[in-house]
Formats: sequence, structure tokens, C-alpha cells
Amino acid sequence: MGFMIGRLGQTLIVLLVAALVSFMLFRYVGDPVNNMVGQAASLADREAMRTQLGLNDPVAVQFARFVGDVLRGDLGMSYRFGQPVSDLLLQRLPATLELSLLSILLAAGLGVPLGVWTALHPRSRSAKLLMLASLAGVALPTFLIGIVLILVFSVWLGWLPSFGRGEVVSFGAWTTGLLTASGLKALVLPSVTLGLFQMTLIMRLVRAEMQEVLRSDFIRFARARGLKRATVNYDHGLRNTLVPVITIVGLQFGNVFAFSVIVETVFQWPGLGLLVIQAIQFADVPLLAAYIVLVALCFAIINLIVDILYAVIDPRVGAAQFARGGHA
Amino acid sequence: MSDETLEGADAPDHPPAWWRGDFVHGFVRSPVAIVSATIVAMLLLLAILAPFVAPYDVRDPAKANVVDARLPPSSTGMFGDQYSLGTDPQGRDMLSAMIYGLRTSLLVGLGAIGLAAACGIALGLAGGYFGGTIDAVIMRAADVQSSFPAILIALLIDGITRTLMDRATHEALAVPILIAAIAASFWVQYARVVRGLVLVERGREYVLAARVTGVRTVTILFRHILPNVLGPVLVIATINLALAILTEATLSFLGVGIPPTQPSLGSLVRIGNEFLFSGDWWISLMPGGLLVVLSLGVNLFGDWLRDALNPRLAS
Amino acid sequence: MTTPLLQVENLRVEIATRHRDLVAIDDLSLSIGEGEVLGVVGESGAGKSITGNAILGLLERPARKTGGRILLEGRRIDDLDEEEMRRLRGRQIGAVFQDPLASLDPLMTIGYQLVQTITTHLDISRDEARERAARLLAEVGIPAPRERLDSYPHQLSGGMRQRIVLALAFCCEPRVVIADEPTTALDVSVQAQVIDLLKRMCRERGTAVMLVTHDMGVIAEAADRVAVMYAGRVVETGPTMDVLRAALHPYSRGLMASIPSMRRAARERARADLPMIPGAMPRLDALPRGCAFHPRCPVAIARCARERPPFVPAGPSGGACWLVADGASGEVPAHA
Repeated sequence: MGFMIGRLGQTLIVLLVAALVSFMLFRYVGDPVNNMVGQAASLADREAMRTQLGLNDPVAVQFARFVGDVLRGDLGMSYRFGQPVSDLLLQRLPATLELSLLSILLAAGLGVPLGVWTALHPRSRSAKLLMLASLAGVALPTFLIGIVLILVFSVWLGWLPSFGRGEVVSFGAWTTGLLTASGLKALVLPSVTLGLFQMTLIMRLVRAEMQEVLRSDFIRFARARGLKRATVNYDHGLRNTLVPVITIVGLQFGNVFAFSVIVETVFQWPGLGLLVIQAIQFADVPLLAAYIVLVALCFAIINLIVDILYAVIDPRVGAAQFARGGHA
Repeated sequence: MSDETLEGADAPDHPPAWWRGDFVHGFVRSPVAIVSATIVAMLLLLAILAPFVAPYDVRDPAKANVVDARLPPSSTGMFGDQYSLGTDPQGRDMLSAMIYGLRTSLLVGLGAIGLAAACGIALGLAGGYFGGTIDAVIMRAADVQSSFPAILIALLIDGITRTLMDRATHEALAVPILIAAIAASFWVQYARVVRGLVLVERGREYVLAARVTGVRTVTILFRHILPNVLGPVLVIATINLALAILTEATLSFLGVGIPPTQPSLGSLVRIGNEFLFSGDWWISLMPGGLLVVLSLGVNLFGDWLRDALNPRLAS
Repeated sequence: MTTPLLQVENLRVEIATRHRDLVAIDDLSLSIGEGEVLGVVGESGAGKSITGNAILGLLERPARKTGGRILLEGRRIDDLDEEEMRRLRGRQIGAVFQDPLASLDPLMTIGYQLVQTITTHLDISRDEARERAARLLAEVGIPAPRERLDSYPHQLSGGMRQRIVLALAFCCEPRVVIADEPTTALDVSVQAQVIDLLKRMCRERGTAVMLVTHDMGVIAEAADRVAVMYAGRVVETGPTMDVLRAALHPYSRGLMASIPSMRRAARERARADLPMIPGAMPRLDALPRGCAFHPRCPVAIARCARERPPFVPAGPSGGACWLVADGASGEVPAHA
């Protein structure tokens, strides 16, 4: 229990810091009053406006108000779009989430088995080939992969669309492209592009981790006890490999956030990534500020979940943390 | 006695000269190392000698002939200019643009990594030596930041600076800001390695002895720690360099890196992106190809360097 | 004389390196009888663990066996294929390694690992296997054995873990057990208990034990016979008491002299410190010509630098030294 509380506290601090950065941006960059009142207003009017908006209150009070607003879901008005930021974010969220989840599934679904296989058969030709190919995943920039894929599958072969989500179906606030043929087709290239880099990362990670595990003493002891090769490799080897791998894959969710910005730009995918690029290009401070808070929130939640997962899976960690919690 | 006991091999107490040592031996025997190092060296040379090697000076937008826009490779322009790799939509010679773009990429990449290393080493030294709250704060910041990918950090920093200054100032300062933004995402690894080494050295007897005799610990740190640090730092730097170069290219591609008036491989790809469907593939693919060659070369060499300098992996 | 349980004849193990192949084990022969504990002692790097691995068939690249035979109960086992060897391991030949925490899979309970080993080799049901496991735990002195089956390795102390490792090694009643530094990672207070347990278990079952260690105290305590290794060769074997009191080989004499002993301290009060053998064991790629020990040997003669002494049996003992082979030869020693 102490462990949980400690982690939650940490998360809270990170969130507060992000909120602070965001608040600083919001409050001190650009002049909110100007935007609301226009050029012609007199000095007295501006002052009145300032007091009315609460801009003359102490900073701490303003910050508290800001946090309160954020918690209530009021993130201000976008300069560029003229809509409430929270609306914009919610509108674009499903697109990014769908893309991200699909790409992670792809990456882990292929990356883990391939990593295991190359670890168990390190000298085979296919393994060497795969390792070479994985280098491409690391050295090739994501946007270039996207462009090459567009070139091959959209321009030359004409099989798949190169921009947009296709037709989407709405469920209240949520929109999905999974239920239409054009939506599915539109998902293919972006999710492959997003997933490729991660797949190679996961594959190399699983391979390195598994090779490390296979060198350890308990594997040697298991072989010395005459256990079957499959038992040694999978029951003992794979299980021990997956424990750290699962946490890394979980953290990959965070990576996806960053790379979705790139992929959404290449494919003109109407998600959060495209939104933040536009925010940066037009110095749309409220949008940018809200994005910072959102990103911090997501990362914090992901980290928390991963830590909890780790404690649940690995009996050693759980015990240590709980023991420590008993004292702290 | 020593003469007759040993057969052939050098005496085990005296390591062989460095050019016969394991490192150079491994380098000469590894085709990957030789090829990647050669490629990187050649590209570096190309970038340094850009003003002399590039057929056209593309840094000045006024010199481009818009009439010659979007010509395919191996074309001749309206006024007799030869364009071996074609031109972009502004009429700039692709070959020259790519060479200068390469120069920018390497400048930003090396600058960012250099800055990151310097800051990281400084922070690591501070944290390791002073300990206490300073150390805790630095490490906590490092932990939080290392869970964010480099692209995102660089993106956000660039975005924030963009909101803080007007467009003209931001464009003029684009390169230093980019270097700083990318460096900000890479300092953590250096800080951690250095801090670890400082912690180890701090407890050693010669340090305690030196402190007793009044030698400034700072001097000790610099004279003993830094030499030990250089090896791991070099490995980290080489591996990070590829990522830094790709980060710059990605940011330029997204339109939030190098401004479009200055040549950059990433922005060239972006410009070409709009013309893929018209069949003008060279505007995107050639700078992209150069980028890949550069990043592969640096990556391969960095990987090889890491394996070569890691004693544990040498079986 | 009955056939020894385990016989190693002229074993040769080479390690492939970038420059050339190094000889890690050279012409090594030993044998262990039923219920006998053979201590294999020597400095780090002498090749003790490699010998154990070779017997178990667990030599890993770049090391490989290039000569000799290994026999278990008179049958060759060094030329079996991987599957046949796997069936031998755990069932006929057991193993105990140095670090008990590292030897146990941290993600699985003790009971799971025991039952898994038992059911792999013996054709009994899981329930019976669990019963057997509980009985084994009781035998090795684990309190509340049935509850302990559901514990994880990290929840137990080092001594308990090594007992469990012993239980795992003996659970299918092997004929031979290779114990590679079983006490090195344990507290001194626990070492004696584990050694006692090992002795008891193998006496009761008539198991042959190869006890590899660099700790002479353990040898003195537990081994019936001892084999001294140096630079990949056996330089002396014999009953433990004989070797301890009157070793044949100069290296063994040096080793035995380095055991701290209350009686000896009283006798040699003049000596200020513990006798040490000067120098260090040569690296595999820099083996001296002739006898590998001669550069450090206090009584080396000229011949020792030219020719390598063969192993010469002398009754129940034997040594690889020219002074043993020739008796007093009258040649002037090369060293003062």
C-alpha cells in the first residue's frame, strides 16, 4: 500500500509541474486581454477587463484557478480555431487512439515472436537477415518510411489511400474507422508506418533480453537437471524475458504519442498530432498549453500502470515494495 | 627464467602497442566497421567542403531560377545550367541543396550532441560530487525526462520558443534553438554515466588522501574522472548522433525545424511530398536516400564501437 | 576392484579463440567410486568447472571436447546425442552450482521447480511428485516443508536455498553428483551445515560426488580422496589425509601449507605470515614449456623446464612431477 501511495504522489508532482509550465505559457505569453477586447479599447477598459478576468490576483490564486479549470475540463479557447480547446481535443482523440493501438498491436504481435526466434537461433541465416532488416527500422526515419509506402502502395500500385481516415462511424463522442472498408484501408499504411519502428525496437529488445536470460545460472541449472529444451527455453527463459519486456512495451505507448505526430503529418490523419503541429505553427498558445498537460497526464498514467503491472507480475518486486511500504 | 618459460606470445605483463591492440585489430577485421567509418568520413568531408564541392550556392534563395523548377535528374536548365540530380519546386539544384542540407544536418547533429554531452557531464559531475538535494533533483528530472521520446521534447521546446518570440527572430535563431532543443532530449544518458563514475571515484582512497592534503577535489575529478568517462561517452555520443540527425530531419519535415529558406534534408523531403502524385519522385527520395545512408553509417559505426569497447561481450 | 561409478579418461578440452585454440583441459583422468567424495581442488582458472561441465555435457561454445572418454557405470556417455544426454542429466548425473539464488528461477515456486524436475524424469503423477518433493524438503532440513513448496526463492535465506538446490540435485536419485563450489557463496556459519548435508545424502544413497572447490578447508572436511588441478591438468591425487599430511607434488604441498591451522601455528611460531606460493597460475595462452608449475616451484630442476612430467601412479595416490617419478635424482636444483 505504501508503494502505491508513493507512486501516486510522484505522479501528482509531475502533473503539477506540467500544469505549471502550461500555466506559465498561458498566462504570460501573448495577452489574453488583447484577444478579448480588441485594439481600440482604452487603458481604463483594459484594466477593468484584467480585474474582471482575475488577472490582477496573486499568481498562486491564478494558478489554483487554472488547475481548477483544467480539472473541470475548461482548457480555454483556441486562437486559431476559435473553438474550446477541450472540444478540439476530444474530437481528434479517437483518431489518434485507434491508430496508436493498432500500431502497438502490430509491433508487439510481430516483434515479440521474432525477437524470441532470433534469440533461440542466433546463427541461422534468417536470424542474421532479420537483424539486418531491423537495423533499417532503426536507421530509417519514420516519415521517410511513410513516404516510401505511399509511393509504392498509393502512387504506383494504387491499392491504398494516402491521406485521411476514410469513412468513419460515430458512437456518441467516439468515431471509428474500423467498421467501414475505406476506413480499414485508410488505417493500413499509417499503422504500419507507426508500428514498424517500434516493431524493430521490440524485436531487438526481446532478443537482447532473452539472450541475457539464457546465459543466466538458473537456465544452466535447469539444463543440468535434464529438463526438456522447450521447457528450459519457454517455461523458464521466455517467462523471465517477458517481465522486463512487458514494461518496455507498455512504455512504448508513450513513444507512439510522439511518432503519431509524424505519421499524422505524412498521412494527413486528423488526430492530435496534426493538431499540435498546427498549434505550433500558428503559436496557438491555449492549444499548445493544453497539449502539454495532456501529454504529461498520459505519460504519468502509463508509467503508473506499468509500475503496477511490474509489481503484480514479478513476485520479487511486489514483496520488496510492500516490505518497504511497511516502513515508510 | 623469464626467457625460457614463454613461447612466442608477448609477455603477459606488457600489453602490445596500441596499433596491434584488440581495438584496431577488431576494426581492421570488421568489414562493417571499415565501410561505415569510410562512409561517415566521406560524408563529413563533403559537408565541410560544401562551398567548394557543390555546383551551386543554394543558400541564397535569390539565385535560384524558378523557371527551372521541378526538372528531373540529368537535365539542362533554361539557361544552360546542368542539374545532375534535378531541381526542386523553387528551381534549386538538388545536388547542391542536398550537400548543403547534409551540412546542416551534421552541424545540428554534432552541435546538439556536443551540447548534450557537455551539459550531461557537468550535471553528472555536480550530482555525483555534491550529492544530497542537488543530486536528487537532477536525477529526478532525468528520470522524468527519459521517459519522454526525443522528438516530443524537441518539438515542445521548439513550440514554446516559437510562442515566446516573433516569427522573424525565431527564424534567425532557428539553428541554435534547434540545437538546444535536441540537446535537451539527450543529456540524461551522459549525466547518469558520469554520475555513476563520480560516485565510484569519490569513495576511493586516493581521493580521500588528496582531500586531506588539500588538493581541490574538483581538480581530482577533472584529472581522474574525465579520462575514464571519455570511452563510454564516445559510444553514447555516436549512437545518439544518428538519432539527433534524424530528429532534426523529422522536425524540419514537420515544418517546425529549419526554416524552408535554408537547405535541410528534412524540409526537402517535405517539399517533395506534395509532388509525389505528379511523379516527381526525386525531390523527396534523393534527400531521403542521403539521409538514410548517413544515419545507417553512423548507426552501424556506433553499434560496432559499442561492441568493440564493451569487454563483457568480447568472448 | 569394482568398476568406479564415474570415470574420466584422458579428457581434452579446447577453447577456440581468435588467434588459435587454447587447451583448457589436457589429458585429465580421474575416477570416483560409489559413495565416494572426490574433492577437486585448485586455483581459479585451473579448469575445475570446465571438467564438471564436460562431464555434464554442458560445455558451451567456444569450448569443446576434443579428446578422451567419459564413462558412467562402465558405459560411455561422452558420445551421446543431445537428447540422450538430457535424459541422463538430473536422472543419473545431478549438479549443484555455486550461487543458490541465481540457480533458482525467481518467477516460480520451489514446489513447481521440484515437481517439474521430478515429473520430467520419473513416470509418476503430479500429486505423487509433490509428496516426494515435500519429503525431500524435510530430508534436507527445511521446516514446514509442505508450506514451503509454495514459496518463492527470494523469500528464503541463502542456506535454505542451497538445501533446496541439493534437494533438486538429488530428487531423481542420481548415481553421480557434480558439486561446483557449493559453499563459496554462503556464509561461513552455513557452509558447514550444507557440507554435512551433502555428505549425509550421498552416503545414504551411495552417490559418487565430485566436489569442486578452491577452499582447502572444505576438502579437509568432506572429501575422501582429492585431485589437485593446475593449469588444466591433474598434478596429484590421493586419499585426503595422505595428501594433506604428505603431498607428493610441490604445488599440493604449497596448497596444503596455506591452510590455516591451530596446531601448525603453534609449531611454526617463528613464521610471521601464512605461507604463500609466489607468482600466479599461467594464462592458457602463455603456458610454460615443460612442467606448467616449474616457474613457481621451489624445488624445480633443469628437466622440469624441458619436459612435461607424466602422471605417475604411486599406490592409491599419484603425482605429475619429475621428483615423484625419478625419486631423488641427484641433479642440482635450478633454484636456490
